[in-house]
Amino acid sequence: MSEVIDDKISNDDLHGEDPSRRDFIYIATGAVAAAGAAGIGWMAIHQMGPAADTLAVGSIEIDLSKVDEGQQLKVLWRGKPVFVRHRTPKEIAAAEAVDVATLRDPQTDEERLRPNMDNKLDPKYLVMVGVCTHFGCIPVGEAGEYDGWYCPCHASHYDTSGRIRKGPAPKNLEVPEYAYLNPTRIKVG
Amino acid sequence: MSGPSTYIPRTGIEKWVDERLPIIRMGSDFMTYPSPRNLNYWYAFGGILTLCLMTQIITGIIIAMHYTPTIDGAFDSLQRFKRDVNFGWLIQPMHAVGASMFFLAVYIHMFRGLYYGSYKAPRELIWILGCVIYLLMMATAFLGYTLPWGQMSFWGATVITGFFGAVPVVGESLQQWLLGGYSVSNATLQRFFSLHYLLPFVIAAIVGLHVWALHHAGQNNPIGISVKTKKDTLSFHPYYTVKDAFAIGIFLLIFCFFLFFQPDALGHADNYIKADPLVTPAHIVPEWYFLPFYAILRAVESKLMGLLLMVGAIAVLFVLPWLDFSKVRSMRFRPVTRLFFIVFVVMCFILGWCGAETPDNMVFTVGYKPVVTDLAAYLELTGGTLPSIGTDREIAAATAELTKAAEETCNLDGSKSLTEYCEAKPLGLNFLWLTRLATAYYFAYFLFILPAMSLIETPKKRPDSITESVLGHNTNAALAPAE
Repeated sequence: MSEVIDDKISNDDLHGEDPSRRDFIYIATGAVAAAGAAGIGWMAIHQMGPAADTLAVGSIEIDLSKVDEGQQLKVLWRGKPVFVRHRTPKEIAAAEAVDVATLRDPQTDEERLRPNMDNKLDPKYLVMVGVCTHFGCIPVGEAGEYDGWYCPCHASHYDTSGRIRKGPAPKNLEVPEYAYLNPTRIKVG
Repeated sequence: MSGPSTYIPRTGIEKWVDERLPIIRMGSDFMTYPSPRNLNYWYAFGGILTLCLMTQIITGIIIAMHYTPTIDGAFDSLQRFKRDVNFGWLIQPMHAVGASMFFLAVYIHMFRGLYYGSYKAPRELIWILGCVIYLLMMATAFLGYTLPWGQMSFWGATVITGFFGAVPVVGESLQQWLLGGYSVSNATLQRFFSLHYLLPFVIAAIVGLHVWALHHAGQNNPIGISVKTKKDTLSFHPYYTVKDAFAIGIFLLIFCFFLFFQPDALGHADNYIKADPLVTPAHIVPEWYFLPFYAILRAVESKLMGLLLMVGAIAVLFVLPWLDFSKVRSMRFRPVTRLFFIVFVVMCFILGWCGAETPDNMVFTVGYKPVVTDLAAYLELTGGTLPSIGTDREIAAATAELTKAAEETCNLDGSKSLTEYCEAKPLGLNFLWLTRLATAYYFAYFLFILPAMSLIETPKKRPDSITESVLGHNTNAALAPAE
């Protein structure tokens, strides 16, 4: 009988009855497991992001002299089309005449242009990412109620400055980062 | 699963297995599961859906043996599969038509649940698991639709992943994370293929839970009264196996009609054009089974609100068991709610119709109104000029007056304008407003009508038991089921 009791006591000593000591082991083990799971989880999630080669696709150069008045050039950049439109005087006038306060995404026509070599804005060339800001379709040029661009997917109408005027899109067509390399050449990205 | 097991192992081998892994017992109890004796053909869709899932998995595994998940190989490998691989002409449409048939069956199954109150206690989890399966089905169908890498595949993927871009703050990074780049690309196609292969097995697992919960809580039935005695039930086999088999036969006839005679009728011709990131098809529409939600997405002129409405339209199904708290399950005994339900079904069809149409198109036209489209042309013709002196308000007022004068000179002949500076604007209902009407009803049905009806409607008298409803009051003289 006494032997059994002795056994029990020694057994308890062996496993450490002290509650704080056991809690520490539980918490420490749990913390290590959680940190490990978080690390593996982040690996599993992050691998789906854009890869290094995708991020590195960088920039393209576009020759503006190839685009005649009233024409539009479509160039693929980062998997998306870039529109380069050589606007007619009528289109420029229409874009400039708009009262900015009435726009959903207020921007003047000048704010959508970039300075050229002489540090002046040339309203003839409009450069935009040709992706509808609604759900990413490609708008059709010289169409819609404002004779700018029209997105066939959900009927968004853009004006001749690529600004959203009617339909579900929330923003103007995006103007990418670009700069003039010489009077007729730009670098996008 | 539920109730005492009726399985008696007969042979020595069966006894040996039963003591170690009672798997034959599980199968036997499944087949003899006591089901309500009054189940009608609307209850056959569980079996039909099981068949659909199996068809999709088997045909899918076969197609994956011949498919190349890269942007250069996908389109060609699938065309080769259809043209050159033995029976490819049959297997690929089986998978594609099968997806449509799967949704057809799941929608009927869901309407059945809505009508007979199958989502009410104690079956809330069966319903919620069903909603999870439906969500996974939508995800799988969308991912799968991308794989043929046709024009609709590409632009469908672009539009749907664009939804995530509407999420405030993190939208753009979330979208890039999903796509694995700035746009739908090779990385996107490969992950979509991987996930499209994975999800059906997740669906199968959740179907297991769905059926487990069903066998634990017991099946609902057309009168919504719980099984009270053994007399209210029939063994699943042979009564419902045979009934299901007949329903499956009819279902397969419809399946085969599309498979053999109209394999492309449920898809879009544009998907036979290889994906081109520079050209959007003129008219992007999703597959028919997404049209009602697509319509809801376009019901408002705000990207985020449209997205929230669409997500809400599915989310509301998950909380339905707590929105409709009437104790009466079946609509058979809820005459007023039943009418609202019928209107709800009609509205769902209308939403589908709206989803396929362009929002600006007219549903019906009652007449035409002249609208001046080119005021300058009018002034040129009449020799007038635009007002230029005065305050902005004065100019605007003068311009409006001129426009009105021009409008009066517009010459309309029916729907055609005979004056060049005018346009005939149709008056009536366009699809945008029809969409809004149907969307409003869709949400009102769940959020207002069902809770209100739960409170105010007086249900009809219900029979005391399933047996009574089947055989009339004199249950003693009833025919016993031939067991």
